[in-house]
Amino acid sequence: MSLLKLNALYQTVILEHAQAPHHQGELLGVQKTTLNNPTCGDVITVQLVVDADKINQLQFMGTGCTISQASASVMTDVLLGHSVPEAQALIAEFSKLVMGEPISAASQKELGDAAVLGSVAEFPTRIRCAMLAWHAAAQGLEEASKHE
Amino acid sequence: MAITEFRADFPILKTKINDEPLIYLDNAATTQKPQAVIDAISAYYTADNANVHRGVYTLAARATAQYEAVRDQVAAFIHAPQRESIVFTRSTTDSLNLVAQTYGEQVVQAGDEIVVTAMEHHSNLVPWQQLALRKQAKLSVIQLQPDGQLDLASARQLISDKTVLVAVAHSSNVLGVTNPIKVLAQVAHQHGAIIVVDGAQTVAHQPVDVQALDADFYAFSGHKIYGPTGVGVLYGKLSLLQTLTPAQFGGEMISDVTWERTEFAPIPQRFEAGTPNISGVIGLGAALTYLQQIGFAAIQAQEQALTEALLNGLLAQSAVTVYGPQSVAQHGPVVAFNVAGIHPHDLATGLDLGGVEVRAGHHCAQPLMQLLQVPATVRASVAFYNTTTEIDHFLTTLQAVKEFFQR
Repeated sequence: MSLLKLNALYQTVILEHAQAPHHQGELLGVQKTTLNNPTCGDVITVQLVVDADKINQLQFMGTGCTISQASASVMTDVLLGHSVPEAQALIAEFSKLVMGEPISAASQKELGDAAVLGSVAEFPTRIRCAMLAWHAAAQGLEEASKHE
Repeated sequence: MAITEFRADFPILKTKINDEPLIYLDNAATTQKPQAVIDAISAYYTADNANVHRGVYTLAARATAQYEAVRDQVAAFIHAPQRESIVFTRSTTDSLNLVAQTYGEQVVQAGDEIVVTAMEHHSNLVPWQQLALRKQAKLSVIQLQPDGQLDLASARQLISDKTVLVAVAHSSNVLGVTNPIKVLAQVAHQHGAIIVVDGAQTVAHQPVDVQALDADFYAFSGHKIYGPTGVGVLYGKLSLLQTLTPAQFGGEMISDVTWERTEFAPIPQRFEAGTPNISGVIGLGAALTYLQQIGFAAIQAQEQALTEALLNGLLAQSAVTVYGPQSVAQHGPVVAFNVAGIHPHDLATGLDLGGVEVRAGHHCAQPLMQLLQVPATVRASVAFYNTTTEIDHFLTTLQAVKEFFQR
């Protein structure tokens, strides 16, 4: 088997994020949003704090495959510091990206390391893994806006 | 004819996956179909399609005869004493739900006990769990020995005079073990309970004799025995079936209907409401005929050789944990494993890129995963059409995938 094929999905950036995820761990006293992937049993919990309309804290917990862990890690990097509507727009752009739909060059840039996960579009069975943390964040943002 | 020659009967096995020859090792999920099954379904729709049990015309009689002939075939295949004991359903899950919704609803009462095992597939757990909740009955779980075999001492301890029903897999879809149904049936019957057996993982791999096992109900699916999806079988002891009121009503299952009342059709038709999966049943019949041409002696010899190569090959690799018994004497054709530090999904994707199709996930046995203390496992499962060359290729690919992730 050609390892080139594995390299296409598991690019170095992704492997690095999965091995040493950013913003992983519990935020004490912050509301949790937990989602699971029923096909594999993976569970991800996202916690976020919105202050003056900016996401100023965002962390995740849970276990999962390389794709779901790396995606959760880049998600925290991408969304931190953004307003709720900006973050929601970025989540929508990321969703398009992993579904293989075209996104603007500006969105590509905004997504940073997350843009590398566009390779997931070639692996339809893994799209759910890539989206898990982002779906959890979207749900968390919705709950956070309700409380405001 | 050598067993390896039957491989050519499965057209899909010539497919390429990701530019590599397909190596299909997810036979516990569903088996591939021989040309004989594909042709039988096609021939039925081409020449014999009509609804069963109603038309007086020739075509309807022909469809009905073919459909009913498979009932005889299935009865003979699992050694049922009479054809009336065979009910066609959609799947194993549907068969088990039928028992829960008839026998379960009509017999189980508050305070009764239902006993399952720790290795059950969700299909032989959730119907009983939900029944227990509806009826305020108690659900107990027979525990496993450290090597994954059923703990008979635990079974003897749990099954009591309060037990009304014992639900157990004939073979596990994760641990590769086959359970001592005959012994469990004896224990259940001593306490006045019935035993419901999930045979989904067994019927394609070894001869089954429901009378020798003394099973009260026995369920399996067509698609795991080289037949089509959407058709299942429920065997029930006639004396039990006779006491049950159907759970589904409508066409096919009646003998006389007025505005006020309905007389049900005889057994087994009364449990087959609506137009059945006629082509599916005919396809199942073709699968059983095909299987009997090969014979279980040849199938078992080949599958044991494959399992041995698979199990020993995995155990010889570093960082691999195999679940269930570690010796081929106790391990059937399903092998679940994990590699330390690599998530099952990543392994399965890597193997897929090499053309090797294995399952990664919880295998519809989440409570068992909790017991094994893993979120998921990889699972490779063989059928007689696999070859030892394929097993070697699987092991080599696994090694390469491991090295990629461990770098």
